[in-house]
Amino acid sequence: MSKNPSNNPSIEPVEDEISRASFIKVTVGGMCLAYAAAIGYPVYRYLNSPVAREAAMSAVTDVALPGADKLPLGGVLLFKFGPYPSMLIHHKDDSWVAFDSVCTHLGCTVQYHPEQDKIVCACHGGQYDSHTGANVSGPPPKPLTKFNVKVATGTVTVTRA
Amino acid sequence: MSKIYDYLDERLSITELRKFGEKKTVPLHKYSFWYYWGGISLLCFLIQLITGILLMIYYKPGPDAYNSVRAITYDVDFGWLVRSAHSWSATIFLLSVFVHMFSVYFMKAYKKPREFGWWSGMALLILGLLFGFSGYLLPMDELSFTATKVGLAIPENIPVVGHAIANLMRGGLEVSEITVQRFFAWHAVVLPLLYLPLLMFHLFLVQKHGNAIPESEEAVPVAQRKTIPFFPNFLLKDLAMWLFTLNVVAVMASLFPPDLGKMADPLGPAPVGVHPEWYFMSSFETLKLIGRVITGTIGEAVGITIFTLGMVLWCLIPFYDVNTPGGLKGKRATYFGLFCLGVLLVTTLLGYFVG
Repeated sequence: MSKNPSNNPSIEPVEDEISRASFIKVTVGGMCLAYAAAIGYPVYRYLNSPVAREAAMSAVTDVALPGADKLPLGGVLLFKFGPYPSMLIHHKDDSWVAFDSVCTHLGCTVQYHPEQDKIVCACHGGQYDSHTGANVSGPPPKPLTKFNVKVATGTVTVTRA
Repeated sequence: MSKIYDYLDERLSITELRKFGEKKTVPLHKYSFWYYWGGISLLCFLIQLITGILLMIYYKPGPDAYNSVRAITYDVDFGWLVRSAHSWSATIFLLSVFVHMFSVYFMKAYKKPREFGWWSGMALLILGLLFGFSGYLLPMDELSFTATKVGLAIPENIPVVGHAIANLMRGGLEVSEITVQRFFAWHAVVLPLLYLPLLMFHLFLVQKHGNAIPESEEAVPVAQRKTIPFFPNFLLKDLAMWLFTLNVVAVMASLFPPDLGKMADPLGPAPVGVHPEWYFMSSFETLKLIGRVITGTIGEAVGITIFTLGMVLWCLIPFYDVNTPGGLKGKRATYFGLFCLGVLLVTTLLGYFVG
């Protein structure tokens, strides 16, 4: 379509045919892409809607746990930090820690064993230190994500570190 | 590119298929426009299939039905659009099915050897209407609840077994969340399972017998009849019609999304101005008119009998109107078709503007 036939009367019809065919190819291809996008985008957003909502939830920076200050020594409280399962431990030495309970290996939810004072994952036997969250044994490649804990009368506030 | 083509061609015989499509012809005459309506119905059915699957991702039949449709309409991104496209393409689907049916009727495409095309088409129409009826309840708002109650009163009038049938359809003596669960099973599993093989059969017959031509065209000598190749000419025109239909669905769905009324209240009175979807308006209005002349349940029974008889006659038309072009029987069949079309249009309009 670069040449204007009226300015160039010597243009060969064959050439014109080719450029017309390629013009149509590009136009039709472009239209198909435009339709695919016009249909694909809403469908993607529709399917992704709960994901988007949870992603917005995971943007929370703190969670208040009313009454959690009454947690006994050696006790554990499971709670959700945004969409993720998390745990608050009140150690026997009266220290408080909170972790994201998602195992860093393959995403199982870990559990606190007070008698061994360890955090373990039942899926593949991973073990974490219950004070620091460090991966001490088994397949986990990284420590558990640790949160900051603030204890006040009547409530415990967990914040992203 | 040609290497990929060769690889596929050796295994899937694409060239053979293309040659077949190029050799296959479609008649070209002044009524050719009506050949596209089956294809339009097919496109709408495909849209129904896709948007239906999308809705199923969030829809919850049973007691949560209303709230899940509420969430789809107001909370899920573009949920209103998916629901609206499903609703609008249902309307355009049935509209194009009706146009397709009447054009087949008036072109007399039901004649030998195409009788099974006609009958399978009628079965597809009935399934299509059942799709509409069962789908209408699923949002479980006031209107859909009332319309379903009224609609189920029709099988209730069948002599002897009517009560049992209606109760089985409802899953109880009244429309409830159990009914929604059942209707969902019909709408999303049973009806598609019946519809798809029947549709394949219908399409197979269309391919086997080709397009019928109207009587006016049959009078033209074979040598003077015009045709176009199925591939690519007719297929491209068909696709252009699909694109047009897709645009209509998209524009209607975007500009006029369906409402969600108040949650159905089993104790609440029927909402004012309750009426069925447009494709049931004619039968609704006819029953009402007959009920004015013959009061009581007898009127209802007479109305339903007339309907059933009309439908049976309509289905049996290939037996009556046999191959005598321009004959008296053929003319009578055309008048019967015009009469039915007239009744359908007039009662529908009466339902909207007078009833």
